[in-house]
Amino acid sequence: MTISRRTLLGTGAALGLLTACGSNTGRDKGSSPGGKVTLDHWYHQYGEAGTEAAVRRYAAAYDKAKVSVQWRPGNYDQQTAAALLTSSGPDVFEVNGPTLDQIQGGQVADLTALFDGVKDDFNPAVLAPKTYDGKIWGVPQVVDTQFLYYRKSLLKDAGVQPPATLDELVDAAKALTRNKVKGLFLGNDGGAGVLGGTPLYAAGLSLVTADGRVGFDDPAAARTLGKLHQLYADKSLLLGAPSDWSDPSAFLQGLTAMQWSGLWALPAVQKALGDDFGVLPFPKDGPNGKPSVPVGAYAAAVSTRSKHQVEAKAYVKWLWVERTDFQEDFALSYGFHIPARLSLAKKAAKLRQGAAADAVTYATDHGYAQPLLWTPTLQTAYQDALNRIVKDGASPDSELKSVIRKTKDELQRVKKS
Amino acid sequence: MRRRVSDNTLWFWIFVGPFAAGLALFTYVPLLWSVYLSFFDAHNTVSPTDFVGFDNYTAMLRDGAFTSSLGTFAVFSLFIVPATYALALGLALMVNRIRRFQAFFRSVFFLPAACSYVVAALIWKMSIFNGVRFGLANTVLGWFGADQTAWLSTTHPPWYWLVIVTVRLWLQAGFYMILFLAGLQRISPRLYEAAAVDGARPGWQVFRHITFPQLRTTSIAVVLLLVINAFQAFDEFYNLLSDARGYPPYARPPLVYLYYTALGQGQNLGMGSAGAVILALIIAVVTVFQARWFGLGRKEAD
Repeated sequence: MTISRRTLLGTGAALGLLTACGSNTGRDKGSSPGGKVTLDHWYHQYGEAGTEAAVRRYAAAYDKAKVSVQWRPGNYDQQTAAALLTSSGPDVFEVNGPTLDQIQGGQVADLTALFDGVKDDFNPAVLAPKTYDGKIWGVPQVVDTQFLYYRKSLLKDAGVQPPATLDELVDAAKALTRNKVKGLFLGNDGGAGVLGGTPLYAAGLSLVTADGRVGFDDPAAARTLGKLHQLYADKSLLLGAPSDWSDPSAFLQGLTAMQWSGLWALPAVQKALGDDFGVLPFPKDGPNGKPSVPVGAYAAAVSTRSKHQVEAKAYVKWLWVERTDFQEDFALSYGFHIPARLSLAKKAAKLRQGAAADAVTYATDHGYAQPLLWTPTLQTAYQDALNRIVKDGASPDSELKSVIRKTKDELQRVKKS
Repeated sequence: MRRRVSDNTLWFWIFVGPFAAGLALFTYVPLLWSVYLSFFDAHNTVSPTDFVGFDNYTAMLRDGAFTSSLGTFAVFSLFIVPATYALALGLALMVNRIRRFQAFFRSVFFLPAACSYVVAALIWKMSIFNGVRFGLANTVLGWFGADQTAWLSTTHPPWYWLVIVTVRLWLQAGFYMILFLAGLQRISPRLYEAAAVDGARPGWQVFRHITFPQLRTTSIAVVLLLVINAFQAFDEFYNLLSDARGYPPYARPPLVYLYYTALGQGQNLGMGSAGAVILALIIAVVTVFQARWFGLGRKEAD
């Protein structure tokens, strides 16, 4: 076959068309007319009304660069992970992390310098997982926490006291289970997903110790996790509810007497039930146990693939360090979060009364943040094991043994790189 | 004359070129890249530098979760392939027999094929098989005084299989029924007349000796398509069983598992690619054996 000049031109034109389509991503990148750079800032979709308008308002108020906000519904972690592999990703993005792999892979920029003089004002529990190698890789935005909601009237009818130990929780859930109401809702998977390391901390253990070793290589771990199976075996758990644990609907519709959910659900619960509810931390278990609640924070991070890293850092510093008025507005005006700044958290009137005050106390006294070294691989392995313990009644000892082995390998791997 | 030839080449490339380029760019390049990645430690990167040889492969084959996902797939296809085959053939035989409203029944059974897997999975999860008392299945059971069942969360007995298998049956039986109908209509009526003359009893005997053998090519195509579809199982599993915190350790077919390994927060693209290559090899081997066994490509007259 001979390739004539015309054929060559024809294919060339066709390929040209293809590439032309490829570059039209519907966004303007780089410099805007005024000579200012354009920064892409990604947020995951918050459920509360008004949040999106608020972050767009903050972005518009910044005068050193044009900030284009992308509000991204769907599986946000996967979207950012994929986008960070390319140069067309965001400049600034909020992240439920950054993860250890993102830090070690050099995907996020070192933001330590942004904290000059204000580091002590950030909640230390949530700042710790953003710190690696002595450097800080993300600015915590707001602190979120989870705890147990219970319906006072239902407990009273059943003659049950709010449970203070895990054994009491198991008994209470059983006693509260009626024909149409279940005792406890820990998510449709029976609790493995949402509880994660919380029961281990309630037994006085941890996921990874401060010096980077396995934190649950202890017989107490198996004993505690085994009790979660009791909840399932007693049929005290609500399963297969139309909305999952993060949504208070199941609790509000009277499908369950107690539900594990987040601080964000508190306004809705308060509105629907008034005074007829209380909140509790995950109850302690065993002689060394103490109550526990998880705390975590979305952080603002800067992508190292960004062409405007300097401008991006300046913008993050402006929004998440300097503009405390915006931070306060973001934490308290829409959803219900604890400000990441201690000075703001102390001022917040909304957090000083009723159940909200209890929740804040739990987060301060009993809060634990998932360690940075607890990688997604380990989360999956542990969650699978917990799932099998809870639902299949698998032996906690042997399940934990294989997770401990995997954890040792993984900790080796991440320390090496 | 010469001019006509070069014109033809030109037009050949104008029509074929874009598709060939697209195929190369979007299929072959990613495919080869994935094979390349599978030999590297590729965490959070598609241009890795840390060559590890076959380490990813050995790690993947030793990974209990991956091997059990292959087991899950085997169970699933052993269930879904014969079930869909039998249901689609049964429907086709029935629809083919009726004289009135044939077009109506054909469309009714075919309609679910137009529904998306995601939508159907959500309906199955949220309204038919949800675990609370007002779910459709639990309401019906409630009339007989049975307790509510959490269909997707119960592992003993594994009720979640009922949900997964029924949603796929509902979605795809109609499509294969159409294939069988086309096959049935190609069977010459003379064969049935001859069988009647020879004294074959209508019903099982005619089906066994005329209809079923005559449907051989259609059957082979249907089984091949069913097996390939089963390998691709992802949509309904993911939408029925995943939640914000991940995926339970049961009913996890290979694609779902690899999705979480390579594209989840872990972003272990090296391991994910190794798993994908292993899966591709398995599919290739199974397809070759299947083709041999059915004698695919052999002449009809053989």
